[in-house]
Amino acid sequence: MGKQFLTMTVNGETVEVAVEPSAMLIDVLRDQLDMIGTKEACREGECGACTVILEGMTVNSCITPAMKAQGRSVLTIEGVDDQGKLHPIQEAFIEKGAIQCGYCTPGMVLSVKVLLDENPNPLEEEVKMGLSGNLCRCTGYIKIIDAVMVAARQMGQ
Amino acid sequence: MWEEYLSPSSTQEAVDMLRSYNGEAQIIAGGTDLVLDLSKGTRKAKCLIDIGDIDELKKIDQDGDEIVIGAGVVFSRIISSKLIQEKAYVLAEAAATIGSPQIRNTGTVVGNVVSAQPAADAAVALFALDARAEIVGSDGKRIVPLGELYEGVGISKVDSTAEIVTGVRFKALGSNQGSAFMRLAQRKALALPVLNAAATVAIKGDKFYESLVVIAPVATRPFRSEDAENCLKGASIDKGTIEEAAEAAAGEANPRDSALRGSAEYRKKMAKVLVKRAIQKAVERAKE
Repeated sequence: MGKQFLTMTVNGETVEVAVEPSAMLIDVLRDQLDMIGTKEACREGECGACTVILEGMTVNSCITPAMKAQGRSVLTIEGVDDQGKLHPIQEAFIEKGAIQCGYCTPGMVLSVKVLLDENPNPLEEEVKMGLSGNLCRCTGYIKIIDAVMVAARQMGQ
Repeated sequence: MWEEYLSPSSTQEAVDMLRSYNGEAQIIAGGTDLVLDLSKGTRKAKCLIDIGDIDELKKIDQDGDEIVIGAGVVFSRIISSKLIQEKAYVLAEAAATIGSPQIRNTGTVVGNVVSAQPAADAAVALFALDARAEIVGSDGKRIVPLGELYEGVGISKVDSTAEIVTGVRFKALGSNQGSAFMRLAQRKALALPVLNAAATVAIKGDKFYESLVVIAPVATRPFRSEDAENCLKGASIDKGTIEEAAEAAAGEANPRDSALRGSAEYRKKMAKVLVKRAIQKAVERAKE
């Protein structure tokens, strides 16, 4: 068997790509659509570096077969800004120094986005729960949590 | 890895696809376990048939006095379902402990049964609800108690190259019933359970009426402790009875030494603690 056609919406734009049936969503995003903001680390669905938003819900794109995105909408880190203006979550991460090596950051930002979309005023414990699928091996969690709190306040204004 | 990926839009279409591939195609739902197995090569399939996008399998419904959960229902929908919170709380509680938000948005309750891991949290809760599986194959539909679906650790009797578990069903809990799930793990997220326990109790006045007590992983499947259930049956609701039932469950449990999960001795002791807490919490909720 050869390639299969996948039609999906990525960051608001409809794309059609011929993909290997066994490709994972992250492979199509990075290797075929040149969106390298989505990071791969464990490739087992454990670390969350590859997090993207599929139909409004965070998923690990490293264990999500690309064909699961058929007819659906995907939001990656490349799509969270507003025409070049950083998202308040991104601004807050910079302001609070919530980035060390930066590898987990795209996944973190997307998990935070879903968290704040659903719960604009989270408690610290809820932030920890919301980020429990995103590992930071620089272990800078405290600044990340601070950044989420700042972003929540900013977005609430 | 697989060479073809199909997305049928009805159960019938999926069954027809399985038949035409004659054993070379395999059902996939969330894929959080299956994709890893296929990537590592511990399982093989030429074609995957994705049932995650079949509308009729995405339902959480009440059917008479039973609740039916379709094979496309992911854990996060169980957690937020009013129906499950009100009438099968143990399942919502168990689902909330699984993996991470990303995994809960992807993995399914039915997949948790089909992957046949003895300590799969949602499966443990389903055992405490005495759930049955609806299975559709080319010979039609059958309904089977979950306990009959386990062949061994990670091996299901369900042949996913020929049939589909379309859903699970169980009796909705009534107002005199309560249920609870307890879990011991090294971390609060992304951690396998060292042990988990689930209990459902029905009470009448100051007596236990009927109860289900489950503990895992202490056998090749979620383990229902009949000794504990018998201890509770008809007994008065007090500390002593619950203690005795927990002791009985731990006595029946047969955990193994595990580098990941801890020693058998430790886990046997903790089994008693978890079962006790699960029954206590279930009683509290039954009284509410």
